[in-house]
Amino acid sequence: MFIDSAADFDIKTYLRMEMMPHFLCPGCGHGIALRALLWAVHELGIDKDRLAVVSGIGCAGRLSAYIDANTFHVTHGRPLAFATGLALARPDLSVVVITGDGDCLAIGGNHLIHACRRNLKITCLMLNNEVYGMTGGQVSPTTSETRLTTTTPSGNSEPHFDACALAAAAGAGFVGREVTHHVPKLKELIKAGLEHPGFAFVEVLSDCTEIFGRKNDLGSSPEMIMRQTSALRPTAYRDTVDMPFRANSLPTGILAKNARPEYGAAYRRAAARKEAGR
Amino acid sequence: MNAVDTAVTGRSALKLVSGNTACALGAIAAGCRFFAGYPITPSSEIAEKLSQLLPENDGVFVQMEDEIASMAAVIGASMGGVKAMTATSGPGFSLKQENLGYAAGAEIPCVVVNVMRGGPSTGMPTRPSQADLMQARWGSHGDYPIIALTPGSVREIFDETIRAFDLAERFRSPVVLLYDQVLAQLSETISLAAKDTPRLERRFASGPRADYQPYAADASGIPVMAYPGSGYRSHMTGLTHGEDGFPTQNPQAVARNLSRLFGKLEPHRAAIDSSEALHCNDADVVIVAIGITARAARRAVELCREQGLRVGLFRPITLWPFPEPALRAATATARAVLVPEMNAGQLRFEVERVLAGARVEGLHRFSGEPIVPVEIAARATAMAEA
Repeated sequence: MFIDSAADFDIKTYLRMEMMPHFLCPGCGHGIALRALLWAVHELGIDKDRLAVVSGIGCAGRLSAYIDANTFHVTHGRPLAFATGLALARPDLSVVVITGDGDCLAIGGNHLIHACRRNLKITCLMLNNEVYGMTGGQVSPTTSETRLTTTTPSGNSEPHFDACALAAAAGAGFVGREVTHHVPKLKELIKAGLEHPGFAFVEVLSDCTEIFGRKNDLGSSPEMIMRQTSALRPTAYRDTVDMPFRANSLPTGILAKNARPEYGAAYRRAAARKEAGR
Repeated sequence: MNAVDTAVTGRSALKLVSGNTACALGAIAAGCRFFAGYPITPSSEIAEKLSQLLPENDGVFVQMEDEIASMAAVIGASMGGVKAMTATSGPGFSLKQENLGYAAGAEIPCVVVNVMRGGPSTGMPTRPSQADLMQARWGSHGDYPIIALTPGSVREIFDETIRAFDLAERFRSPVVLLYDQVLAQLSETISLAAKDTPRLERRFASGPRADYQPYAADASGIPVMAYPGSGYRSHMTGLTHGEDGFPTQNPQAVARNLSRLFGKLEPHRAAIDSSEALHCNDADVVIVAIGITARAARRAVELCREQGLRVGLFRPITLWPFPEPALRAATATARAVLVPEMNAGQLRFEVERVLAGARVEGLHRFSGEPIVPVEIAARATAMAEA
């Protein structure tokens, strides 16, 4: 049935085909995430003219250039801050952020927690491949312990972030996680995020076969994806309060959801109340 | 009728306002409808005032999590087609530089107010300085054009804030408004009627969508921006890009776009340059100063003239690009040039560059105290009599 529902979705109508061939490595999961995003945009009938995609620096950051929309490739770690200005100034646009684990959780970590707290209507897609791929394979805040990277030659000794637990704790209105193996489920999760009236954080477990996989002898892309998928535990968030830093069992699906007021609307309501009270 | 309506339309309205309040009122008069900032002394009053004024004028104020984010949010709002500003000081200006460079490279209009306080580092938050002149010009990595304005009174802060938006929007450039802590927190009774000059507005793309190239400029050298939602669906990036806006490292395409970028302000210098020359026609000594120091220098010129000494004042109002021709004209008869400034010699370096070979002396103060008229007059007198 998923194949049927994809029948009227032609990804080429949402891509800048003149930009092909794309620059992602063979086996990279980011293209699958991009497909899921555009499929979700298609199914929701979001007008390309009204879609604004803001992306940071890194492999994930390069995806915005391929999308036939209003696209902004900004500075490292800052896409959520740029998107905050854009979404506040232009509430008529659908604002999507595409970021990576380094972009979003290391250099951009402060912007993430405050975007979650503020709850402005932005859909943030964080593509987690556990590594800084663009710069050659350095350790990131989501690299699993013991993994080899170019800056952890003896294996990573730092515990990694659970990005979804972080986003939920910071108050994000919508938090979800999915793997690239489950494309229709991923599409549905992104759709739900796009439909959420506040800040939506979606973590996509992607794979970096060429650099991270090769360095750690993780095999081909299908092998990496299957290993990821077999470690999943699709449950509700409340069952997983002990999840942060547990390595081998990750919850997927919608992990947190709340109905806190959307920031832009709340700001405008407060201003109107003050004006009326004059 | 709110405060800004009164300010903009009340021709005879005189108000006692501080420099920072004049800046906020100027921003509203210029059409600024977005401000993102972060608290920092001595610029915070601008944010406080705009947090009140913007929602009253269909605009948005947001206090971001840090200085970096507030610069980013301002650029984001401007990408959305809305006139946007931030204000900061000292270390905050350092943190703005990363995204300020992005605005220069991707050519996104924005206004950055930097109220100069003592440095380096945390320095003297409540004391004045003029030590960010070079950072305003060269603070972000790489080569790039930028405009910086240095008003010299509370009324001029109002006017120059408006002009900052005009220049930013028309020439698609970040514009830095530089003034010191004294002017920021000095209150003066001024008229808040905006000048009758028409606002310069940003040009947005029109015409056939298939032909639109976001970084292809006409003879003006200034490319036309796409308004998100109008169907042009363009791409912007901090990477070097071609006329189509997409990243490229093709040497010809990179050189072509960067040559246009680096040279884009030059044909428009008549609209950008601004300076004041006082008693320079016959001057033996010309004082070159900006901001509150120029205010002291103005009095120093009077004191010297009362003694029969031929002393003049040249005051850049547009600091960057530096008004070279006007400085050369103002110093045509001068035997010596004196540069008083609250730093270790930044304006003096520039004056020495422009007037290569001329006798240029500096009067530098970085103790957190403004330079007073008698000090400047004494030094100018000694130079005139030498």
